Amino acid sequence: MPFISNTAGQQQQMLKAMDLSMEDLFSDIPQDVRCPALDLPEGLSEQQVRAKLAAIAEKDSVDLTCFLGGGFYDHFIPAAVYAILSRSEFYTAYTPYQPEVSQGTLQAIYEYQSQICRLTEMEVSNASLYDGGTALYEAMMMALRITGRNTILIDDSVNPIYRVMLHSYTRNLHIDLEQTRCTDGLVDLGQIRKRLNDRTAAVIVQNPNFFGCIDDFSDIAEMAHAKGALLIVSCYPISLGIVKTPGAMGADIATGEGQSMGLPMSFGGPYLGFMASRKEYVRKMPGRIVGQTTDRLGRRAFVLTLQAREQHIRRDKATSNICSNEALCALAAHAYLTLLGKKGLQETAQLCADKASYAYKRLCAIPGVKPHFKAMWFFNEFVMDLPRDSADVIAQLIEKGFAAGFPLSRYYQGMDRSILICVTEKRTKHEIGMLAEALESVL
Amino acid sequence: MVVIPGMLYTKEHEWVRIEGTSATIGITDHAQKMLGEVTFVELPAVEATFKRGDSLSVVESSKAASDVYAPVTGKVLEVNSDLESRPEMINQSCYQDGWICRMTVTDPASYKGLMDAKQYQQYLKEM
Repeated sequence: MPFISNTAGQQQQMLKAMDLSMEDLFSDIPQDVRCPALDLPEGLSEQQVRAKLAAIAEKDSVDLTCFLGGGFYDHFIPAAVYAILSRSEFYTAYTPYQPEVSQGTLQAIYEYQSQICRLTEMEVSNASLYDGGTALYEAMMMALRITGRNTILIDDSVNPIYRVMLHSYTRNLHIDLEQTRCTDGLVDLGQIRKRLNDRTAAVIVQNPNFFGCIDDFSDIAEMAHAKGALLIVSCYPISLGIVKTPGAMGADIATGEGQSMGLPMSFGGPYLGFMASRKEYVRKMPGRIVGQTTDRLGRRAFVLTLQAREQHIRRDKATSNICSNEALCALAAHAYLTLLGKKGLQETAQLCADKASYAYKRLCAIPGVKPHFKAMWFFNEFVMDLPRDSADVIAQLIEKGFAAGFPLSRYYQGMDRSILICVTEKRTKHEIGMLAEALESVL
Repeated sequence: MVVIPGMLYTKEHEWVRIEGTSATIGITDHAQKMLGEVTFVELPAVEATFKRGDSLSVVESSKAASDVYAPVTGKVLEVNSDLESRPEMINQSCYQDGWICRMTVTDPASYKGLMDAKQYQQYLKEM
């Protein structure tokens, strides 16, 4: 039955029948905690609200040619993704609280989980988390639970926004978050070896890292396992089309940001966190997990499984307080991966790498522009040093219609002239040429 | 409700069979009935030490995940690894084949105050 609120007249009738005034209904609430008079402006009409919001939205620059990365990427989204997402059966029913009735939703999530496993080459995935940062936090908590230890080693080549998040979450807990410093854009094995001990629950690294550099963490996996610690790798899903997977490296938990798979950048969200791990850790995994089983007539059916870990059953001992997932965003990623297929994803990744390589060479040819790091295996992002402050240069290039890159000085000391530039399959040779010309002209 | 004489019982429905310095631990018939079909048992590590009252195991069923608390202070000697593949033994034989672990008691004073079979039976009646 649809909700229809009571009219003022009906309210008066009810009060009269109870012989009470409106004031009397609030008599149990002490005066000093009652809400004071709210000085709110008059309501606006739909037309006025639209105009007001449109004016605010105008302040966003949406037509810049995008060479901005740093964890969130401008990849092509096939129209079919939106067509599938916007079906009301998927769009409105975001979370199945009577899960077994929503077989279609559960099947979609099960398929998404399977894709994440294949992509990362890990054994089991959950039904998704909020974003790459909280997924990394959950992986950290999972490692602490599994090992019973309280120290985490994290490299500063991991996305700085994620590191800030981990700090916020752990600041008031008895957890030691220790940071190692990368050298020449890559994780320093010597530092890891020195700091790893039997109090370390996990080593956290990222591939490609925040600077775009690619590495193989198989040796760190061995080092960590020798000390009874776990390896957590935060990864960029599109890169897995050609780059070595966390599973192949021996990682225990793989997480990442799924935005690059079928979701627009949207000024910050909604995004998609994914998490996959070894099967032996599945009971320590947070979030929902969809499982496949058979019903009493032997037909295939899907359920939400291993729910005894979750807070509505396990309460304060639950694996996490997350009781939802990003179902619609996971569906977008699922649709994107299905439409591209294995070959399409590999081609997309190769295009990103090739175009970034081309851009790198073009930009190196500009007088005064130099690569920041010596060792250079990168996927689709790289760091260039400019002859002057990169934040200023970026601001000037916005005027010329380019989101030229990310100013690293925002998170890294001593990198005032460095800019992180990203190239996806969407960037054309023409656009790269135009960026090079524009950059040369402002320097 | 089955209660076996000759053993000690806790208010949290664990049983403990003391033989010299060794203590075998499990959960009672009452506990297994309340939990329903056991689907998973998280066993403690051999050599791990626990004080009386520490959580040493988790027994999971489809409707709950319940902590099993150490009824004595000691060190784990042996765990029942059959429970890994056949957790339902806790339902079928909670006092025999469904034993969870065996500990060496390091503090004999720690199991003072546990109930005997008669006291536990009375406790169940009053619940």
